[in-house]
Amino acid sequence: MKRFTWIRRGRVADPATGRDEEGNVLIEGERIRAVGKVEPHSFEDVDVVDAQGLLVAPGLIDMHVHLREPGNEEEETILSGARAAVAGGVTSVACFPNTEPAIDNEAAAEFQVLQGKRAGLANIFPVGAVTLNREGTRMSEMGGLARAGAVAFSDADRTIRSAEVMRRGLLYAKMFDLPVIAHCEDPDLRGAGVMNHGKVALRLGLPGIPAAAEDIVVARDIRLAEITLGRLHIGHMSTKGALDLLREAKGRRLDVTAEVHPPHFSLTEESVVTYDPNFKLIPPLRTATDVEAMVRGLDEGTIDVISSGHAPHSPEEKQVEIVYAPPGAVGLETLFAVSYTVLVERHGFSVLKLLEKMTWNPARILRLHGERGSLETGKLADVSIFDVAREHVIRSAAFLSKSRNTCFEGWTARGATVHVFVSGRCVFRDGGLIER
Amino acid sequence: MAETGREGTTWTRKDLLGLEDLSREEILYILDAAEGFSEVSTRSIKKVPALRGKVIVNLFFEASTRTRISFELAGTRLSADVINFSGATSSAVKGETLNDTARNIEAMGVDILVVRHPCSGAALQISRLVSASVVNAGDGSHEHPTQALLDIFTIRRRLGRVEGLKVAIVGDVAHSRVARSNIWGLQKLGAEVYAVGPPTLVPRGLAKLGVKVSHHLDEVLHEVDVFNMLRIQTERQDEGLFPTIREYSRLFGLNRQRMRRVKPEALVLHPGPINRGVEIMPDVADGPQSVILNQVTNGLAVRMAVLYLVGTRPAASPAAAEGLA
Repeated sequence: MKRFTWIRRGRVADPATGRDEEGNVLIEGERIRAVGKVEPHSFEDVDVVDAQGLLVAPGLIDMHVHLREPGNEEEETILSGARAAVAGGVTSVACFPNTEPAIDNEAAAEFQVLQGKRAGLANIFPVGAVTLNREGTRMSEMGGLARAGAVAFSDADRTIRSAEVMRRGLLYAKMFDLPVIAHCEDPDLRGAGVMNHGKVALRLGLPGIPAAAEDIVVARDIRLAEITLGRLHIGHMSTKGALDLLREAKGRRLDVTAEVHPPHFSLTEESVVTYDPNFKLIPPLRTATDVEAMVRGLDEGTIDVISSGHAPHSPEEKQVEIVYAPPGAVGLETLFAVSYTVLVERHGFSVLKLLEKMTWNPARILRLHGERGSLETGKLADVSIFDVAREHVIRSAAFLSKSRNTCFEGWTARGATVHVFVSGRCVFRDGGLIER
Repeated sequence: MAETGREGTTWTRKDLLGLEDLSREEILYILDAAEGFSEVSTRSIKKVPALRGKVIVNLFFEASTRTRISFELAGTRLSADVINFSGATSSAVKGETLNDTARNIEAMGVDILVVRHPCSGAALQISRLVSASVVNAGDGSHEHPTQALLDIFTIRRRLGRVEGLKVAIVGDVAHSRVARSNIWGLQKLGAEVYAVGPPTLVPRGLAKLGVKVSHHLDEVLHEVDVFNMLRIQTERQDEGLFPTIREYSRLFGLNRQRMRRVKPEALVLHPGPINRGVEIMPDVADGPQSVILNQVTNGLAVRMAVLYLVGTRPAASPAAAEGLA
């Protein structure tokens, strides 16, 4: 590996600094040396990367990813997940604790960090469980989890039923200045629901999940964040009602943030009409009104983050009757392309606005912003380079993930990943993985 | 001694229920009186006739060994007749109300009731009902004034002053009567009080009491003059207020590594009974900066002073006078 990497003549877009112009990025070792009109002093020991016509961005930070290791390695491992991440231009992954066993202790979190280092591709940051075995009763040792490198706490796909346990979790997590990522879904209202409660569900004869299931818990958790002054991050928002609550909370300057996954600003409940299990998600795909609200929430800045919600499932588990199929879709490899295509191409977002939600905002929420999330001199050189000029077709057969359960099969999109650097090391080059 | 009670201050209160009600002068008055009584325990005959003929009942509705023994010994050294009443083995288990128990005991001609009760407010409730003096030996999570007085007495003796000191109360401040009494007493004497512990045990609302709240022991180590390490109750773990004893100890336990970062003259207090290896490591509890056993010794003098002051106050209660007649 050469000492310097010189990325030249790309469109360098960095939300943290507001830069969006043609320029160069010079990397020395694992850090960014300079950005702009910079050139290396000599061309010895320099790897030159021509980025003409390409978008040069801070490496994406995907703060909602399910890697199935330990426990369900047939669906995804940390290695296969890290490969999928860099293939999607994602250089940092926050992986959720709903593994078997759950990531509810220091040793388990250290295992994931270690597996991430062994993979040597994207940075792997565990999200520790709020409660032991994610059962919603006894608090986990969040201090130990934080020591091991956890960047947030969450009981993953389980709502913490007890408001008192949630209150204590928000309080206790404050000691480590880390957010609690809430799964906001009333489990009783969800019941056996398969899709959004409404007209389409009635037509299809499928049990519904009302929007209120989300709104109620969002309202509760915002109130708890208010009395604890804790750091609440609302996971995978999907309803207009929840967005309205969030907007109001932000108006009162509470430390509440939120994310949305691409399917929820790209697709409606109509997608379920073929009974294809790949469109069975939690939260479910909602109405056109909700989808519009998600786009507006992103546009006005109420929703801070776009994350993939990457939830790999093996075909034998997923390709069953929609009622029996587990919810969730993969998303690491389509995160940027789908978001770019829908939000920039269709809704006219600026590139900086889009990137902010996948780089600088998650970096700040996870307290990674001292080292990552921007293209500033001295930061670790996590850089992703995308081709937004040409269209490509999303084919799950080409995924590096072990799983294929995507909502975006056959989509024509812009924003294929071309080159990726993690801490200055090239891990993805000309559309292909480079492993050590 | 840097500060003592003002000349002319006298003790006029019937009861000692808490330090929140007391003035700075009254607190200093008790501490100064305790100085005098501490000498009694060094004599070969450890007894003075100050409360001869008076009756003290230790009315304990909650398990306690050291506080009860300390009060018992204090009363005995003042030559009072001391009777122990344990709520767990007596009429309370037969369904008698607190008010009836207190009235019945008073009817036997008692001068001082030393009350320990699991409910906040119990000592006040009894004091309003009986004409005997009531000394609060701990009511629920409310106050434990003699413990705080002996803590402050120990600090003043060791460091020569209280004013201007930074005193950290570490642990379950939310549920601690020792903490509350210390906060009031220390603040009245001009100390700056820190409350240190996880947010589930040290709520930020404590700042409203004028306390500096910190959730990171390591951040305050270097500036604190006195560490008062509260006993961590395992029940709080069962209630889910912190994950494990192990993590509590790692974050808030006073150990050798942390002691290297404290001021050389800093004191370590603990109201006891200590959990070795939990909130305080054995080498710290037994180390040169620990004054834990001095606290116990001083507790006797402080309780003698309190019993003496409430038992000999100028305006004796009619019931007590009747009893003496």
